[in-house]
Amino acid sequence: MSSTTTKTTKSPAQGKVDYDPIIKELPEQQLIQWLRDMLLIREFEVRTMQSYQNKKIGGFCHVYIGQEAVAVGSFAALKPEDPVITAYRCHGQALARGIEPKYCMAEMYGKIGGCAKGKGGSMHLFDKSNNFFGGHGIVGAQVPVGAGLAFASKYIDEVINEGASTRVAMAFLGDGALNQGAFHEAMNLAGVLDLPLVVVCENNGYAMGTAIDRGTTRGDNISAKADGYGMEGFVVDGMDVLRVYADMKKIVDAARAECRPKFVDMRTYRYKGHSMSDPRKYRTKEEEQQYESQDPLDRLMMYLKATTSFSDEQYKTMNKDVRAEVKAAIKWAEQSPEPTPDEQLYHDVFVEEFGPYTGTSVPEMLEEWEKPDSQKS
Amino acid sequence: MANLTLVQAINLALIQEMEDDDRVIILGEDVGPNGGVFRVTEGLHQRFGSDRVVDTPLAESGIIGSAIGLAMAGLRPIPEIQFEGFLGPAFDQICTHAARMRTRTRGALTVPLTIRVPVGGGIHAPELHSDSPESFYAHQPGLKVVMPASPYDAKGLLISAIRDPDPVIYFEPKRIYRAFREEVPEDEYTIPIGKARVVSEGDDITIVSWGASVVQCMKAIEASDRSIELIDLRTIYPLDIETIEASVKKTGRVVVVHEAPLTAGFGAEIAARVMEHCFLYLEAPVQRVTGFDTIMPYYKLELEYLPEAERIATAIDHVAAY
Ligand SMILES: Cc1ncc(C[n+]2csc(CCOP(=O)(O)OP(=O)(O)O)c2C)c(N)n1
Ligand SMILES: [Mg+2]
Repeated sequence: MSSTTTKTTKSPAQGKVDYDPIIKELPEQQLIQWLRDMLLIREFEVRTMQSYQNKKIGGFCHVYIGQEAVAVGSFAALKPEDPVITAYRCHGQALARGIEPKYCMAEMYGKIGGCAKGKGGSMHLFDKSNNFFGGHGIVGAQVPVGAGLAFASKYIDEVINEGASTRVAMAFLGDGALNQGAFHEAMNLAGVLDLPLVVVCENNGYAMGTAIDRGTTRGDNISAKADGYGMEGFVVDGMDVLRVYADMKKIVDAARAECRPKFVDMRTYRYKGHSMSDPRKYRTKEEEQQYESQDPLDRLMMYLKATTSFSDEQYKTMNKDVRAEVKAAIKWAEQSPEPTPDEQLYHDVFVEEFGPYTGTSVPEMLEEWEKPDSQKS
Repeated sequence: MANLTLVQAINLALIQEMEDDDRVIILGEDVGPNGGVFRVTEGLHQRFGSDRVVDTPLAESGIIGSAIGLAMAGLRPIPEIQFEGFLGPAFDQICTHAARMRTRTRGALTVPLTIRVPVGGGIHAPELHSDSPESFYAHQPGLKVVMPASPYDAKGLLISAIRDPDPVIYFEPKRIYRAFREEVPEDEYTIPIGKARVVSEGDDITIVSWGASVVQCMKAIEASDRSIELIDLRTIYPLDIETIEASVKKTGRVVVVHEAPLTAGFGAEIAARVMEHCFLYLEAPVQRVTGFDTIMPYYKLELEYLPEAERIATAIDHVAAY
């Protein structure tokens, strides 16, 4: 992590990284879990792309491959009760926050077994029970909402419960979203109102086909923008989950302790196109390969191998496990009932018959369907 | 004459207007070398360069606001908004500046602006990428709102919009961007703003529609053995009540079809006007076939939401049997 004034740290040579001391204290099991979490996202996204190509998934679809370390490392720095919000590239965040893959997959399939009963699709994953507040399609518009979540946390803790503010909200946005007025309004508001909000810009260098330098001032160091809003800005290497965690832990802890906003320029890269129909003419193969050679999964693997007894055998088992989990998610999605107009088209605009749907809990209407055949009434 | 899709017709109109008038410039997100999300501005950047085909930051309020400034200074900007759902951040600029500048300055300043926006459902997109917000803008005095339903009209209407001295929102029904081709003259021509088109003549029933729904209406009419007159509004505001009135006085029965939700959809305005102008001629209450008063659903249910030919056919039967 470097603050606004220092220069960006280049990614160090692989394997020989000097990590922050807090990494050395982490139990091996924790690191292995992060590897699994990232692998799950990657596998989920690979299968998502296949399903999209097979026309099982419609709408638009933006995959998270390459950015896995950001969601996994950042959420590891949060507490479960901290609210989180993001944009439309949300599959990785949803999974890292703990929503079961099957609810995400079924959502993209447009089936009623999805986390929003198949109404939102790829861009609009939600999981209230895990304090995951979406998944939003309008670029930048989620950031003020994130400020509102931070405001609510503080208000509930301080005014209603008459204690100290305990929670931190985290709002993600893309680098393209930096150019939306909503982002700037939210930054100023968070600064003025002392909101416990960590704004994380997933800076993957492109907004669709527009490279950051073409669309954004100070594209070389966007954390400089934080200064204008009276908050600290940081640059974090988003291609390395251990660095993400170590840096974000400090940033989040500080935001919590000070009850103040922070801004993070999270340097990352999306390996694939913006959406499923993007020939990526705006960048070179060499550039893509350069980032892929610093793959966050490989980097963690290498660290694990260098510092623990984690074996290829263990990795194989993990891989098999993850594949099975994603396969099961696809099966769930495929078998989940199609939405019917009578049940789905006219509802959920206001309070309605099916009751509030709380994320990963099974909606009432599915409980029956989930029972083994022998128990069905 | 060339056989063109709606996208190609728009592209041609843009090229010709840019060639004729160097006050015409295009701006928007990835409209340059990438040619825009729907490739409507394909080839324009190569042809006219970065000065006239401007890739902007991802900032709709900034795009429309600065286009208003360009227009007030005498240029003819054509900003593109990628999807109707992203008009939100620009809504303020459109309604508080573009629409009011002429009145506010008592005619001293005008805003000759054409905002191009893909609109409507039917392409398997999620909400925010499938909506039909035309009545929001029709409700704002000071804006003209048009929506072609064919390649021929697309070209002529766009040229009119660009040359119009006032702000025009030019909605492009994305479902029929490439759905069919039509003979489009090579030469420039205009379709007047504020003038509807009688697509097919008939004596029993009048159907009024616009945008991609017109195609659904044509399907329903083909399948029906009644004599039905189909009016494609082409311009939503200012409304061509004369064409509607003439038809309804002949048929006495009206069906209005649009994708937007029922309540306060532009069909409500048409129904009221028909009542005011043709009350004594009406044989049946005006029927509306529209989207529902719910959020546009994800793709699995989108055809249930949209006013497809079957639902229109049912309305035809209802209004005929009344
Ligand atoms: C207000 C608004 N304008 C335009 C779009 C269309 N759009 C969707 S994603 C995107 C690019 C966003 O880039 P960035 O913020 O960097 O996020 P990334 O895709 O890199 O994750 C655009 C222009 C939108 N969804 N909302
Ligand atoms: Mg980006």
